[in-house]
Amino acid sequence: MKFFFHVGRYFTLLGRAFSRPEKHRIYLRRLFIELEQLGLDSVGIVAIISIFMGGIITLQVAYNMSSPLFPSYLIGLGNRDTLILEFSSTILALIMAGKIGSNITSEIGSMRVTEQIDSLEIMGINSASFLIMPKTLAVVFIFPFLFVLSVFFGLIGGLIVGPAVGAVTAPDYINGIQYMFTSYYVTFSMIKTLFFGFLVATVPAYFGYFVEGGAFEVGAASTRAVVNTNILILVFDLILTQLLF
Amino acid sequence: MITIQNIFKSFENKQVLSNISTVFEPGKTNLIIGRSGSGKTVLLKSIVGLHDVDEGTIFYDDRNFTQMNEKLRKKLRQEMGMVFQGGALFDSFNVEENVRFPLDMFTNKTAKEKQERVDFCLDRVNIDKAHKLYPAEISGGMKKRVAIARAIVMNPKYLFCDEPNSGLDPETSLVIDELIHELTVDFEMTTVINTHDMNSVMEIGDKILFISEGVTCWEGDKDKILEAENQKLQEFVFANKTYRQQRDDKIDSKN
Repeated sequence: MKFFFHVGRYFTLLGRAFSRPEKHRIYLRRLFIELEQLGLDSVGIVAIISIFMGGIITLQVAYNMSSPLFPSYLIGLGNRDTLILEFSSTILALIMAGKIGSNITSEIGSMRVTEQIDSLEIMGINSASFLIMPKTLAVVFIFPFLFVLSVFFGLIGGLIVGPAVGAVTAPDYINGIQYMFTSYYVTFSMIKTLFFGFLVATVPAYFGYFVEGGAFEVGAASTRAVVNTNILILVFDLILTQLLF
Repeated sequence: MITIQNIFKSFENKQVLSNISTVFEPGKTNLIIGRSGSGKTVLLKSIVGLHDVDEGTIFYDDRNFTQMNEKLRKKLRQEMGMVFQGGALFDSFNVEENVRFPLDMFTNKTAKEKQERVDFCLDRVNIDKAHKLYPAEISGGMKKRVAIARAIVMNPKYLFCDEPNSGLDPETSLVIDELIHELTVDFEMTTVINTHDMNSVMEIGDKILFISEGVTCWEGDKDKILEAENQKLQEFVFANKTYRQQRDDKIDSKN
């Protein structure tokens, strides 16, 4: 029963969050602020994680396919497809749920416990829309760009690590990442990132918006938000993979 | 004028407010007093619509607030200002932006007009040289004054204050009380204040509603409160040594 209560309340909140803004200009300004705080500020961590993951995937593929039957350029291909299909969409979304999601829950949750949300309501402002809509639009907009950046940096990571440890030569690796490229994989992952972006923004916003108590409860809500967002990302990954392939 | 009639409110089968009725008049500071947990905050939040009441009606002048839809409520709320216990200033905005925010949202004034209004309101609450500071950089008393400035920036007809003196030293409390009273009289607002501070009661209590366990126990003004016969009110008022002394002196002088 509790599950249905949360689902119902989540969709009711979304209904309020995506209603007509009081003043478009103010919401647009909020959108740009959120793009910077939630999107641009995530580029660094995305780059670092992707470079390392690209390097690690390259090593794993190389060590597990060390057979004369497999041409070494397949190491590049393996890294590219792993990054496009799962790492840069799903794994990155899981990481972003931790970074962006906890940020959203703690920000909105703190506003709730310090009565700032009540204050917005008293002014006659739709607090759900004012707080959640710009964040959601910003995250959904920025996620595909983060995905592209992640793939790029992951491929660079493989290019650095593979030849450095002697697992593959640079020309073979570059040949591999161009070999049998399937553009639908990118389309598929782009669709996934849009869904994941929506989840990463709205699920933590839900947990923050309805928090009750003080600082301890805000911390607990952040943890619950990240855990639930991660589970939902994996569930949707499964569903979308089944539907889109 | 705010008229509340037969308000009932419960949370998960726990009755918090029972059959509360009263009238809050314009140009007066109306106080809701009572012990912690008596239902003061729930009553205040029910009056402004942050809690929906189970039964009863609330009228703002002749407008039935309890029967309004969300759209009409939002419109009416533009006539309200509220000062929350902790100030509830937006952390990411500086003092000036906090006060200007309602103007940005609901008016089409020019930047110059907005700035003039913000300066006027901040000046009215004696804030200068702090316009660009953030809430984390100012004192508790200043936060309350900025919150008052934000509450009056739209020229509200109704002002609500939830424990405006909590966490403040006695001197600052007095300044805040006098400020709210002055603004109430000057702008002819209907002001409702939630407090358990007896100094505030004796300073600015034009009308006092004493509630205990969610029930109205006594109504009157500051001139009558020390002589009230109500047992629960006496326990509340004379918990303060100063007022107990005043009462004893009065009894001694009569004898």
